Parts: sequence; C-alpha cells; structure tokens
Amino acid sequence: MNTLDPRIQRLNLKREANGETQTNSHLVTYEVFHQEKRGKQAVHAGIVHAPTPELALMYAKEQYGRRGKTANLWVVKTSEVYTFSSEDEDVFETVPEKTFRDPAFYKVRDRIEAFKLKNTQA
Amino acid sequence: MSNAVKELLYKMADDALIIGHRNSEWTGIGPMLEEDLAFSSMAQDKIGHAIALYTILHEVLGEADPDTLGFKRTEKEFKSCHLVEQPIGEYDFSTIRHFLFDHAELLRYESLTQSSFQPLAQLAKKVKGEIKYHVMHADTFVKQLSNGNEESKARMQQALNNTWHLALGIFEAGEYELELTSNNIFIGEAELKKRWMEKVTPLLESYGLTIPATDESKIAKGGRKGYHTEYLKPLLDEMCEVTRTDIDAEW
Repeated sequence: MNTLDPRIQRLNLKREANGETQTNSHLVTYEVFHQEKRGKQAVHAGIVHAPTPELALMYAKEQYGRRGKTANLWVVKTSEVYTFSSEDEDVFETVPEKTFRDPAFYKVRDRIEAFKLKNTQA
Repeated sequence: MSNAVKELLYKMADDALIIGHRNSEWTGIGPMLEEDLAFSSMAQDKIGHAIALYTILHEVLGEADPDTLGFKRTEKEFKSCHLVEQPIGEYDFSTIRHFLFDHAELLRYESLTQSSFQPLAQLAKKVKGEIKYHVMHADTFVKQLSNGNEESKARMQQALNNTWHLALGIFEAGEYELELTSNNIFIGEAELKKRWMEKVTPLLESYGLTIPATDESKIAKGGRKGYHTEYLKPLLDEMCEVTRTDIDAEW
C-alpha cells in the first residue's frame, strides 16, 4: 500500500527510488508526547507541524502544554515511527482471549495455592 | 521613593500591554497554524503581565484600577517605548522585535527577582518562566529564518537593521534611575542595556547576522516621557474603542 501521507510509514510501504519517504510539504510532522509529572510515562498527545525538532518542541509547548500540569514534552519525527499495517490487525485478534496472560490471573492463583498449602498443613 | 517605583512599573506595564496588543494582531493570520497559536499565546501572556503590573500600581501604590490604567489614559500618559508601538509589518519585523524585546524583558525580570520592592520581586519570580519560553521561541525562530535560504537571511538582516535603534530605545533612562539603583529596586536601564548587548550580540552573530552600528542620535527616545510616534494614537483608539462607547459601563 503506497501512501502520500507523511505521517504514516507502513511496515510494507514501498519506498521511493531515492529511498526517501514522500512528504507533501517541507513542514514534516512530529508526534508529541506529554509527561504530566517527573517519573510518569510520557503519553501520546497529538502532532505538530514544524521544520526542525527544536521548533516542534516550541510548538508542542503551546499546543499540548497549555492547560493543566506539564513536567516535560517529547517530540519524535513521525517518519521515525514504525507501525503495522492496518490490514495486519488480525495478528492481534485472539489476544483478548488469552486471559491467563492477565496478571490478575496469577494473583488469584497465588491465593488459591496459599489456601491449599495452609489446609494441607493443618 | 514611590514615584520611582511608579515610573518603573508604568513603563513595564505599558510596554507589555502595547506589545501584547500588537502581537495579537497576528492572531488568525500567522504564517502557519502552530506559529499562530504560539504567537497568540505569548501575546496573551504579555497582557497578563500588564494586568499584574497595573494591579500592583493600584493595590500597593494607590493608582487607579487596572481597567482605567489600560483603557482610559491618553497617549501622553503612556510610557511605552517606540519599539512596541510600531505596526506589525511583515513577519520578519515582528519576529526580530519579539527577539530583541523579549531578551530585554527576560533580563529585566530576572534582575527584578532580587528587587527590594517585594510585590515586584514576587511577580518577577512568578512570570520569569513564561518570558524564558518567549525567548526560547524567539531564539529558535530567528535562528531558523537566519539559516533558511538567501531571501530569508537577507530579510532577517534587513529587519534587524530597521529595528536596532528602536530596540535601543527600550533602555531610555528615566528620571529616577539613581533612586531605583541605590535602593536596590532595579539594576537601572544602563546596566540592563549592557547585559542585553552582551546577550544578543553573540547570539545574532552565531545566526550569521551582522549587528548594525549604533548611532546614538538615531536611538528612538521619548516614549518613556510620553512622546510617541504616529502609531500609538491609532492603536489606543482601536484598543479602547469599546470602552469609550460607554466610559462608565460596568463590565
């Protein structure tokens, strides 16, 4: 699947002959991540258009750090983000069924094991 | 001593109000959405600084309320410098003005965090982060345009040449410089100008721009005494238009 969208670099994207992803403007996009407190994870907030990472940060501050608390912002050039193709969403299809991967499952089992042990000792 | 403090607060507040109003004229017509938003937000910050300073004048020094000071004074009563009242021109001029003005603002507010006049020291501590961002934005943008193509570089140099003597007018001495410095209220305009020169000269040179030669006779003075260019009156007429339709209205 070929795309002109500079924000999307699909796994199976056909590269142009020069090896560059096509962009339709000199202002590329940067993905913005917002960190509310030091130590907390940075959460994806949206995008900004900017010619350089430095200006992207300046714009991210006013677009995504203008309300509430902000400890820091990250920007990443969108073309540096690699994603699956939306056609490949089926690789995740059966995951919700695998409840044994839910950490809560182990917590319950630990309690059952502890209960059994206690009763056999008694 | 209160006259000295008033002089300082009035010129700072008037500079902030007028530059805030001018820069807000870019809202909706900025060069790109992100820049429009950032520039508008910074203009809003400036109006906020003006209100905070007028509030100190009102609450601590017994002057009229902030709305009266902002919207009901005559041109002659404004003590803003000529730099801030110039029309926005094109984005090259507005960007260079933003750079030269905000570097002076940051140094002024940083020094005022040590002021013996407590209300001002507290305000300076509160807003210096905002002004630091204004300077970061100005630095990044001026650097970008100065290193763009030949046209952008030439336009930045031309804008700097046209703005230099206006910017030096920021530091026009007031009547009470000695009183302000000897009482540790403010470092004084001469010292501020020195610090500003030491800051902006290497920065602009690092962007590949040439600092214009200073001609003392061309420095835009008079604003601090209430003498303005032809541009302030129309600005005030527009800014105060709604207030003047009913001067005693309650808002």
